[in-house]
Amino acid sequence: MKAENNEKPRISVKNLNFFYGKTRALKDINLDIAEKKVTAFIGPSGCGKSTLLRTFNRMYQLYPNQTATGAIMLDGENILDKGQDLNKLRAKIGMVFQKPTPFPMSIYDNITFGVKLYESLSKNDMNERVEWALQKAALWTEVKDKMNQSGMSLSGGQQQRLCIARAIAVKPEVLLLDEPTSALDPISTAHIEKLIDELKEDFTIAIVTHNMQQAARVSDFTAYMYLGDLIEFGETSTVFTNPKRKETEDYITGRFG
Amino acid sequence: MPLHNARLQRQTLYDTIFRNLTRVAAFGVLALLAAILGSLVMGSMPAIHAFGFGFLTNPEWDPVNDHFGALVPIVGTIVTSVIALIIAIPVSFGIALFLTELSPRVLRRPLGVAIELLAGIPSIIYGMWGLFIFAPLFADNVEPWLNQHIGTLPYIGPFFSGPPMGIGIMTASIILAIMVIPFISSVMRDVFEVVPTMIKESAYGLGSTTWEVMLSIVLPYTKVGVAGGIMLGLGRALGETMAVTFVIGNSHELGKSLLNPGNSISSALANEFTEAVGDLYTSSLIELGLILFFITFVVLSIARYMLHKLGQREGKVS
Amino acid sequence: MIDLYSRRRNANRAGLTLSILAMSFGLFWLVWILWTLLVNGLPYLTSTVFIQMTPPPGSSGGLFNAVFGSLLMTVFGTLIGTPIGILAGTYLAEFGQRGWLAPVTRFINDILLSAPSIVIGLFVYEVYVVQVKHFSGWAGTLTLAIIVIPIVIRTTENMLRLVPGTLREAAAALGAPQWKVINYVTLKAARAGIITGVMLAIARISGETAPLLFTALNNQFWSDNMNKPMANLPVVIFQFAMSPYSDWQHLAWAGALLITFSVLALNILARILFRQSATTH
Repeated sequence: MKAENNEKPRISVKNLNFFYGKTRALKDINLDIAEKKVTAFIGPSGCGKSTLLRTFNRMYQLYPNQTATGAIMLDGENILDKGQDLNKLRAKIGMVFQKPTPFPMSIYDNITFGVKLYESLSKNDMNERVEWALQKAALWTEVKDKMNQSGMSLSGGQQQRLCIARAIAVKPEVLLLDEPTSALDPISTAHIEKLIDELKEDFTIAIVTHNMQQAARVSDFTAYMYLGDLIEFGETSTVFTNPKRKETEDYITGRFG
Repeated sequence: MPLHNARLQRQTLYDTIFRNLTRVAAFGVLALLAAILGSLVMGSMPAIHAFGFGFLTNPEWDPVNDHFGALVPIVGTIVTSVIALIIAIPVSFGIALFLTELSPRVLRRPLGVAIELLAGIPSIIYGMWGLFIFAPLFADNVEPWLNQHIGTLPYIGPFFSGPPMGIGIMTASIILAIMVIPFISSVMRDVFEVVPTMIKESAYGLGSTTWEVMLSIVLPYTKVGVAGGIMLGLGRALGETMAVTFVIGNSHELGKSLLNPGNSISSALANEFTEAVGDLYTSSLIELGLILFFITFVVLSIARYMLHKLGQREGKVS
Repeated sequence: MIDLYSRRRNANRAGLTLSILAMSFGLFWLVWILWTLLVNGLPYLTSTVFIQMTPPPGSSGGLFNAVFGSLLMTVFGTLIGTPIGILAGTYLAEFGQRGWLAPVTRFINDILLSAPSIVIGLFVYEVYVVQVKHFSGWAGTLTLAIIVIPIVIRTTENMLRLVPGTLREAAAALGAPQWKVINYVTLKAARAGIITGVMLAIARISGETAPLLFTALNNQFWSDNMNKPMANLPVVIFQFAMSPYSDWQHLAWAGALLITFSVLALNILARILFRQSATTH
């Protein structure tokens, strides 16, 4: 499905099917994710929105019996290709999860963990990179005096911003956000939504959310999914004010889901 | 985005090395078991050739004439373990019941740890304590009473009559019972805790007493796990060495009375192995070890199978 | 009705009373054994115990060589067994989803966990002592290492399973190769639990007697040569306690007190450590 726009696609999904064992969880998905825009995926639980997100960095590969067919094109390469180097792929595509996942190490080491994997920076450059990432994630002022404390000592909202900082410190091309605010309080949620708005200047963002208002607030494009099908995909303003499909309308007006 | 391909390839190599390292370690466990079995079988070959299956049923143990039979230690091992279980099962059930249902919340942890510490005391300490403290008291106070009151009864009498020496099958069984109580009660406690609160509350809601809930809801719900815990305790009791060695009396005679000294496989090994002269003697002892390993292997396999089954059902329910 | 009800109530009372009695029964032995050790061991647990060597029969002495030998074999046994246990436990938790190796290993490991230690002593006797033709500290060390391995495997696997899957995903999402994810993130998150397991393993082997009888044997004199028979506390306690000499028996009680309280302290310390780390996470 093409959104009516002239944006340059960053990721193109073509005839994607996904299987948990024999159960088909995604059915012939086709869509483009536009560069330096926010694309939101909404839909009721179990609709496949998280599953779709997890195919972009092949996170499903960590588990047995999960397979994807079709193609997901990034930079002219098919992500799903067998020969694809997963580590390299994942360095290009950052991800933030439902719950904060600080590593059991200091705040500083949390940020440098990913950077050190692919770059050998001098001490100064590394410090700069850490500051840059934390600035971007709007966490710098809160943690700059306690970089050696454990990442787990932060509050939930701060931990989630730490995870965002950790993801962008690697300078990925795409950022995947899997319900990033579902475990957070409203104030932290507002922080992170504001952050998403700023981050799209540098990154292509795909966000899964169960919160329709959030999708309406932060995204440029919205995809509505139901039971593994992509029902509607288009500019957020259109999807929310003038949906083409009845199912979408029912869902966003709260008559269903 | 500086990506160094050489570096990436090195990472893939490290991944393979690390994965195979862990795999080799895991495989090592299997190799270890095979090696233990293999070495025991090799070591017992001379005895197996000399005595065949008769080894298992022959009560004679005569190092002077090189005639060996394993019946006495096998019977001693099984009898002491079974008596130990008969004592330990009800006590462990009581302890598990107390810790899951009755204990005040603040005492639950310290009391649970105290019972587990019983399992932490080295077995040689049980042996020493049994020999110097428990056995004399048992000989002076309990055994005469057993002789007088139970030893005169028909049928079971002969099992409880004999010289009150304090050392023998009965003493070893009691000490074994104390040693396996923590193992059985901790498994029971764990499996009791997996019973969904809702089921228990439903029974309480109908007016059941705590005792009734335990007997007719919790116990049937967890019976496979409880049985697994008991088998685990049995496995422990069968292989226990030092505690038994001190108090069993090390006599290769098959007496009827439980008050008589006897022998068990492990204590025969502990007492005689380093002093055994001659290949056949050593080999017979190793064959004893092989028999012990075989019995405990079977018992522990059954225990694991049962606990696994309970775990699987748990998985399905939730 | 009332009759039935009171009968049920009485059954309940009787059952609960028995339960309390069972609990007291368990605690009774613990207290009695510890009390016995204090009464019989404390008077003889003097500084000479830690300074002098084990004496010949009928004269006084200490347990220094035995304590030293035990420490040496326990330390080396732990150092050999722990890495192997952690590696194998890691395989079971992190790589074991596919194939037959993990389930079979898990099953066999659970059996080795409760297998009679005396059989392990026999095994090392057969494959090592017989080959080199003498008892030695290394043989004892090897035996203890084999006892450590299954304990460490079990706790490592259990603790790694408690680490939330999202933490692994988060590290993988940064492009970290799996060996880095496991070594720098997953194992680190499970560290406290694994240390607890290692401490419990140390507690377990500190008191092992039976398998050392055929491997390290004993040595009445000072020896730091791991290739020679080596004195160790449990075997010395066994030998001295079974002897008719009162000097030896006194030393056995002192040793018993020493070993029991060290082992129990280690047990309690491990639990406290684990609890603390569990609450801060």
